[in-house]
Amino acid sequence: MEINILAFGIAKDILGSNQLQLQLPEAATVAQLKQLLLEKYPAFEDLRALAIAVNSAYADDQLPLQQQDEVALIPPVSGG
Amino acid sequence: MTMKSIDIQLLEQPLDTQACIDFVNDPGSGGTAVFIGTVRNQTAGKQVIRLEFEAYGPMAIQEMRKIAEQIVERWSAHKVAVHHRVGTLGIGEIAVAIAVATPHRKAAFEACQYAIDTLKETVPIWKKEFFEDGAVWVAAHP
Repeated sequence: MEINILAFGIAKDILGSNQLQLQLPEAATVAQLKQLLLEKYPAFEDLRALAIAVNSAYADDQLPLQQQDEVALIPPVSGG
Repeated sequence: MTMKSIDIQLLEQPLDTQACIDFVNDPGSGGTAVFIGTVRNQTAGKQVIRLEFEAYGPMAIQEMRKIAEQIVERWSAHKVAVHHRVGTLGIGEIAVAIAVATPHRKAAFEACQYAIDTLKETVPIWKKEFFEDGAVWVAAHP
């Protein structure tokens, strides 16, 4: 399945874009997505943390993804 | 809890702190605590020229609302307003304004502190600091 991913902050700089399409196996988990991202973009290793949001909520590593999900890369936040 | 007890806004234009205070004004509340976060002119001795805030809008609003709901529940706050700015900000401009009204003052202080501390940990908003010689995403690297 193809997953559409939004990127913000430094994640956007690492991807060179605010969006990314990734091919993942059916029902791949958030952990698998992170794994693939780190392989393709090793610069994510240097971040203090990288969270994944699915449909506008923080997602656990075990959560299976679905093609229509809105997935976002959440590098360390720094609002306020 | 009614939706009218909470006012969450993510805004591109300058924040109106009085609007936050007016929103939380409530006859059943004896105390209002307000936090105003502004753009500082330096970071670790390095002069900052401006900041840029970027947000994942729908999620940022949802996460700010969660914080406000927790405050209503845990501190019996009658009213909570959380406004956050996005876009380019100059030194001294207001990045965030929070107002909390509770029956007694102690809860207002505690709840307001909880709001800003939690916002900084969970709300998907990112700050980029611009210096004379470059720019960095704040807190991105260890």
